[in-house]
Amino acid sequence: MSTKPTAYTPHPMEKRVLLRDHLGVDFTRLENYLAHGGFKMWQKAMELGRDGVLAEVKASGLRGRGGAGFPTGMKWSFLPKDERPRYLVVNADEGEPGTFKDRYFLELDPFRQLEGILIAAYTINAHVSYIYIRGEYWNSKAVTEDAIAQLYKAGWLGKNIQGSGFDLDVYMQTGAGAYICGEETALIESIEGKPGMPRLKPPFPANIGVFGMPTIVNNTETLSAVPVILEMGGEVWAALGTPKNGGTKLVGVAGHVKTPGLFEVPMGASMRDVIYTLGGGITDDREILAIIPGGSSCPFLTKDEIDVAMDFDGLKPVGSMLGTACITVMAEGLTDLLGVMQRVTAFYQHESCGQCTPCRQGTGWLKAIADKMDEGLGEDAHIDLLISACNQIEGNTICAHGEAAAWPIRSIAKKFRPQLEAAIRQRAAAHGYVVKPLAAHPAA
Amino acid sequence: MSEPIAFSAAANAKIADLLGRYPRKQGALIPTLYVAQDEFGWLKPEVMQLVANTLELPLSSVLATAMFYTMLYKKPVGRFHVQICTNVSCYLLGSDELMAIAQAALGIAPGESTPDGLFTLESVQCLCACDRAPTLQINKEDHFKVTPAKFKELLETLKTDGVKLGPPVGWLADQHHAHAAHA
Ligand SMILES: Cc1cc2nc3c(=O)[nH]c(=O)nc-3n(C[C@H](O)[C@H](O)[C@H](O)COP(=O)(O)O)c2cc1C
Ligand code: SF4
Ligand code: FES
Repeated sequence: MSTKPTAYTPHPMEKRVLLRDHLGVDFTRLENYLAHGGFKMWQKAMELGRDGVLAEVKASGLRGRGGAGFPTGMKWSFLPKDERPRYLVVNADEGEPGTFKDRYFLELDPFRQLEGILIAAYTINAHVSYIYIRGEYWNSKAVTEDAIAQLYKAGWLGKNIQGSGFDLDVYMQTGAGAYICGEETALIESIEGKPGMPRLKPPFPANIGVFGMPTIVNNTETLSAVPVILEMGGEVWAALGTPKNGGTKLVGVAGHVKTPGLFEVPMGASMRDVIYTLGGGITDDREILAIIPGGSSCPFLTKDEIDVAMDFDGLKPVGSMLGTACITVMAEGLTDLLGVMQRVTAFYQHESCGQCTPCRQGTGWLKAIADKMDEGLGEDAHIDLLISACNQIEGNTICAHGEAAAWPIRSIAKKFRPQLEAAIRQRAAAHGYVVKPLAAHPAA
Repeated sequence: MSEPIAFSAAANAKIADLLGRYPRKQGALIPTLYVAQDEFGWLKPEVMQLVANTLELPLSSVLATAMFYTMLYKKPVGRFHVQICTNVSCYLLGSDELMAIAQAALGIAPGESTPDGLFTLESVQCLCACDRAPTLQINKEDHFKVTPAKFKELLETLKTDGVKLGPPVGWLADQHHAHAAHA
């Protein structure tokens, strides 16, 4: 199932407490997981009790790794104190373009996440958990399903787990090719067997979630961090990172870099260092043209905007966000930015669930304009039209897919206008067309 | 419509297990549609009806869900489903060239199947292995860091295998069926 692991030495800039593929151990086997201290933190959780675990998670400052960075401890304590059954839903629907981090746990270290699920389910007193894995992740699904089966067999799932009196069933659920199901309420709809159309909030899932019951939705990396936090102690974990951003973060580097890959750094690491040191620098030692900091829903950055701290607050000064912390690098001279923009618009148009007009129509407009430019029929005024369409999507939709579609395009239109204008001319020339100057356009 | 169809005993056992996982039957719908797809190749109208009957759901609910998800097939898919990622990182590292190679080798455009039922070609969104771009998936298998040379070779191998294996069961009938359903 997994390829034979080989040991290697990570770069000294890394701080590895989650990633451990460098050990060369096959962690998809329960016996190996147990031999490396696995499920000791479940025992510790039982000693600490529900309030004790919650206190550690709060002290750790852990913030959701799904992209929004909501404090995990706070989320867990929002569950209403009533008798309704609760659910723990795991968001393993990794689909944000540019991202490849949850795949690591799902394929190579599945018990980390499962121990996190056990601890979290115990803490919030849920007896059923669904792991919602992206449909295309066939290998992840196979590994996770096998891991779950190993746990049932060894008495780590089911009734009265290891004599604790606590019951938990974990079921793997699979998506079917809809990016929007990564949005937590769409994901809930999907588990219920419906089209993945996001719900209006409130009510929040903590109150009315899957099958109408109180539900906590957490990302795979978030839950995988929980056993590590208990092992270190919440405060030690918190001290690894920056204030308000506890711990370490998986970061990815892809695109035009020399050594693309997945790494783990303390929260707040310099993005420049992540790109140039861990990513090995830019292909052919070129200049950076643009980067996407954490999945294509984030506003693009220029080469002068990468001296930022990689945590949930550090990218605010440059008008972007950490997102999934998987960086896409585009090099000067190797990147056709108009082509990139066209791909991004096509993605959000294709993945819009279609229930709100600004998103359904707006993403269609963005794609139509980008396509026109791409086909050599662009005008400078189209750049302003893009910005105007983005402004009309933002803030007017049920879920954040609208912003996810608008922000990257607006950032390209605003920050890379000269490159777009040049690309429009180059495309037009290739087709023998002449570009209408801006002044001639009524909108100018 | 044609003769009635039924799930195999193995599929029925799987569905019974799935039903035990959810407080409502509709919860089992997407996993059951996958079971049905594995069994019948794609979700033709009588398969949707069979799923509706099995889960005691209105046909409209089954259709609404099936229509929403791209991985639930509403038309027949060839023996080899070649899905090339064309999102940003793969685009930067040559996915257009891979797509051109596939189109030339198979003689079809994205979204189409070869008439012999051996190949379906598709452009797909980020497979989230961008550090190993360009990527593609053939049926349930990932291919990472695909070079043009490796891809050409792979397609040749699949063509040879395809001739040996033949199209999926019922390909021709299903093709007519799909046309009728879409007409
Ligand atoms: C359009 C959209 C797509 C999303 N996709 C994902 C995803 O693939 N994985 C994920 O964990 N969160 C995703 N989210 C965020 C989730 O809605 C939710 O915030 C997250 O699962 C909460 O878990 P956390 O608190 O552990 O981060 C997405 C949000 C939006 C608006
Ligand atoms: S913003 Fe887009 S994806 Fe989100 S609910 Fe509205 S139409 Fe659907
Ligand atoms: S862009 Fe192709 S795998 Fe991410």
